[in-house]
Amino acid sequence: MTTRVGVVTFPGSLDDRDAQRAVRLAGAEPVALWHRDKDLHQVDAVVLPGGFSYGDYLRCGAISRFSPVMETVIEQAKLGMPVLGICNGFQVLCESHLLPGALTRNDSLHFICRDQKLRIENAGTAWTRDYSAGQEIVVPLKNGEGRFVADAHVLDELEAEGRVVARYLDVNPNGSYRDIAGITNAAGNVVGLMPHPEHAVEPLTGPTTEGLGFFTSVLKQLVNA
Amino acid sequence: MARVVVDVMLKPEILDPQGQAVQRALPRLGFTGIADVRQGKRFELDVEGPVDDAALARIREAAETFLANTVIEDFTVRVEEEGK
Amino acid sequence: MSLDTVKNAEQTPDAAQPWAELGLKEDEYARIREILGRRPTGAELAMYSVMWSEHCSYKSSKVHLKQFGEKKPDSDAMLVGIGENAGVVDVGQGYAVTFKVESHNHPSYIEPYQGAATGIGGIVRDILAMGARPVAVMDPLRFGAADHPDTRRVLPGIVAGIGGYGNCLGLPNIGGEVVFDSCYQGNPLVNALCVGVMKHEDIHLAQASGAGNKVILYGARTGGDGIGGVSVLASETFDDTKPAKRPAVQVGDPFQEKLLIECTLEIFREKLVKGIQDLGGAGLSCATSELASAGSGGMRIELDTVHLRDHTLSPEEILMSESQERMCAIVEPDKVDRFLEICEKWDVIANVIGEVTDGERLEIFWHGELVVDVPPRTVAHEGPTYERPYARPSWQDALQADAPTAERLARPTTGEGLKADLLKVASHPNQASKSWITDQYDRYVLGNTVLSVGEDSGMIRIDEETNLGVSVATDGNGRFAKLDPYTGAQLALAEAYRNVAAGGAKPLAVSDCLNFGSPEDPDVMWQFAEATRGLADACLVLGTPVTGGNVSLYNQTGEVAIHPTPVVAVLGVIDDVTRRTPTGFAEEGQLLYLLGDTADELGGSAWSQAVHEHLGGLPPTVDLERERLLGDILIAASRDGMIDAAHDLSDGGLGQALVESCLKGGHGARIVVPEGTDPFVLLFSESAGRAVVAVPRSEELRFNDMCTARGLPATRIGVVDGQDLDVQGQFSVSLAELKDAHTGVIEALLG
Repeated sequence: MTTRVGVVTFPGSLDDRDAQRAVRLAGAEPVALWHRDKDLHQVDAVVLPGGFSYGDYLRCGAISRFSPVMETVIEQAKLGMPVLGICNGFQVLCESHLLPGALTRNDSLHFICRDQKLRIENAGTAWTRDYSAGQEIVVPLKNGEGRFVADAHVLDELEAEGRVVARYLDVNPNGSYRDIAGITNAAGNVVGLMPHPEHAVEPLTGPTTEGLGFFTSVLKQLVNA
Repeated sequence: MARVVVDVMLKPEILDPQGQAVQRALPRLGFTGIADVRQGKRFELDVEGPVDDAALARIREAAETFLANTVIEDFTVRVEEEGK
Repeated sequence: MSLDTVKNAEQTPDAAQPWAELGLKEDEYARIREILGRRPTGAELAMYSVMWSEHCSYKSSKVHLKQFGEKKPDSDAMLVGIGENAGVVDVGQGYAVTFKVESHNHPSYIEPYQGAATGIGGIVRDILAMGARPVAVMDPLRFGAADHPDTRRVLPGIVAGIGGYGNCLGLPNIGGEVVFDSCYQGNPLVNALCVGVMKHEDIHLAQASGAGNKVILYGARTGGDGIGGVSVLASETFDDTKPAKRPAVQVGDPFQEKLLIECTLEIFREKLVKGIQDLGGAGLSCATSELASAGSGGMRIELDTVHLRDHTLSPEEILMSESQERMCAIVEPDKVDRFLEICEKWDVIANVIGEVTDGERLEIFWHGELVVDVPPRTVAHEGPTYERPYARPSWQDALQADAPTAERLARPTTGEGLKADLLKVASHPNQASKSWITDQYDRYVLGNTVLSVGEDSGMIRIDEETNLGVSVATDGNGRFAKLDPYTGAQLALAEAYRNVAAGGAKPLAVSDCLNFGSPEDPDVMWQFAEATRGLADACLVLGTPVTGGNVSLYNQTGEVAIHPTPVVAVLGVIDDVTRRTPTGFAEEGQLLYLLGDTADELGGSAWSQAVHEHLGGLPPTVDLERERLLGDILIAASRDGMIDAAHDLSDGGLGQALVESCLKGGHGARIVVPEGTDPFVLLFSESAGRAVVAVPRSEELRFNDMCTARGLPATRIGVVDGQDLDVQGQFSVSLAELKDAHTGVIEALLG
């Protein structure tokens, strides 16, 4: 049976079709999920894609977080379903309190789009098991509000529990605390990532193909589960 | 130290996409009866020395030339009482 | 004052009307009265005044623009030509591509962020209205001097506006231009281009036909945006309770536009519309009159049904409002329900505001009273035409005589001197890296960007199965056009054509944005006449028809006009995007060939600007047959795998091309100056019809044979090698030093 990975489209989602393509290239079946529909259509995992849902108005992710589909996503995430939030999806996960902290305006105050080097810190999550801890990868990063912030004790706790999934290398593009690019929940099934692995899955269109691992990881996780 | 508050709002006739998005989301979350939402910016300026007419005039000038984009925004300047 | 109805207009024929304040000439006002057989109502006067403005009617330019039709080359590729929202080109495999470049210059000077943002919004809706999914944007920009204080205000705002709107729409920004010149100080040029893709059967046109079909307005609610211009009229009808001021500035909502795009594409998929038009300049009056004019003529609109953001708007203002993110569709009655359902799904406000009628008049009602009753063609398509006087400027001869000869402008004679000038050119804001700007744009979204930043053209894959793709390049050199507008316009086309071919795509069609000063100045009008003549002649030779575009006049402060700036966009097709040719030298040991002939041509060059702040002489000569041959060779070499990198030679000549290709690929180059060649001319001349290519050694023979057989001069000038740009016997400069000079320049000035 093919693994089904849902990709949610909120009003203003932009990288939803890119995430579907990445899911397909990883060998799973992408399933489009609509924000107004509570039903997850028997998917095995969910990707919350990048974009500007609701125009990023009020706060990034603040309005999407209350959409009907998120009710079910939050419920299932708590039961262990793998959920990956990329960029705006990460913001939605933080607003939903599935992940701690918040994403604020870049310290440069500019939107930034660049090929970003990362180090995978935790290769044990549902979305990173195809990497090795310490592995360095390059994937696109593009955000205006990607600066990860949290209280010092939250940051200490994240680091102590190995819940920092990826860190920026060479350049911290947005002023994120402790160079954090991505984090996970304690169970390791919910991951939020500011850079865009779905844009690094084909040699023709991406700087590398090193983003594909996030999507193949979840397949393995589900097959082994 | 006295605090002067500058509120900057889009002019009433200018489209406020942020306010509209919030207004449309409110009823979905069960907050009904709100006819319109407009979103603005609040600046709190802690002023050294007395807040006299000259100081307020300077702040107004700062608001007009810098804090607000008067092509599309209005602003108000008011003194907040000490200790508040 | 009470409502100015048609009945009222008939009863008060002598009421004074503010036609002059609305920009109409006396004879134009008289003609309106003649067409209607009475004085126009306030609403009618507003409609005519805006639709007959230079911006909407092209009244000064159209006598020249018609050459694009008269000299149109035979092309099988054209599916829809000039006159629609945008031209449509056949790119094979059942796909059609539409593209257009448009200006939003003046609004971007007044309010840089919103001006630029709504410029993107407008061009994207034009493309959407053709039935296409917008897939990429590009921005040719011109600013005043990079170190001028006002550039610090204008540029960051414009860049943030383009990024803020385009990024939020999810359209990759795949290229464009940034040029600084003090001639643009009070008149920055913000041109915006959008590319859209559809299947042939999805092409939609802006026409209203079929009596009984409904007119649906959908998208954002209508507010008082951008009606500052008609406020003279409004001020006479306002009572005291209304806001005193109407904004001249429009504010964009990219989120609303994103919903509008997805909603409209879903409506197209279900084949629910007969005709469609976006609302841009002149808002509803433009959309309704154009739809009716291009259709059977009759339309009836009930203005009361328009969803308003501001309930104090008068009927004139509703008609003139330039509120963004709105579209107007013609829908058969039995499809209206489904249409509205899809709008509801996407949270897009929509409602029926009228219907197509049997008659030949556009009738608009307000509270049951007729306020507009006009033949729509007289509004939309039969505006005035001017034969503006033009004459070669008295200063043109002196400017051309001031050639950058070695006697007049000191040329470097030593290796160190050459190196110093190379670095001066590479670090001049016009040639320096624009990454501080382009890094604020999303180039990855949609996942089909094959070439973008730092490449000769932007390239997009349009079919993931077959790898069919299209590429676009925009170019325009105002300095060349100032020296000779006829040749300057041809050089703009030649460069864009060459850039598309250098990436491996076959050039198919042209869109142009013609930015000039005041048409009332005979000098400027001559520049315009010469530029359009040059462009039309060149398009005929190159076989690339002009599919549409835009004219922006009055770009001047006082008596001083900008350089004539024809910006030319060329669209090309490539059957297999995996064969595209990038600009970077990526492989050690590959051989570098210079294609084409190099002459001592420095007039208007980047060197003359960066080193001597000089503008004079003649621009490089144009040989269009040579451009076509060079293009053919570049495309064939790309398709057959004979070259791994190619970079067109333009601003800054070979020297600048080598700097860019070395830095982009991360490899140096060893260059041998061919015998009998002046190294200065080799490095800095801007002769047209040239490119530098990197040839794998295994392909050298085959590549040479091809060039020889086709008669294209190909000179081996060196090899990709090491971490230095080494011009043997002259100078050597490390990539690190080049990078230092080339990057960081813009952020140091504006960051």
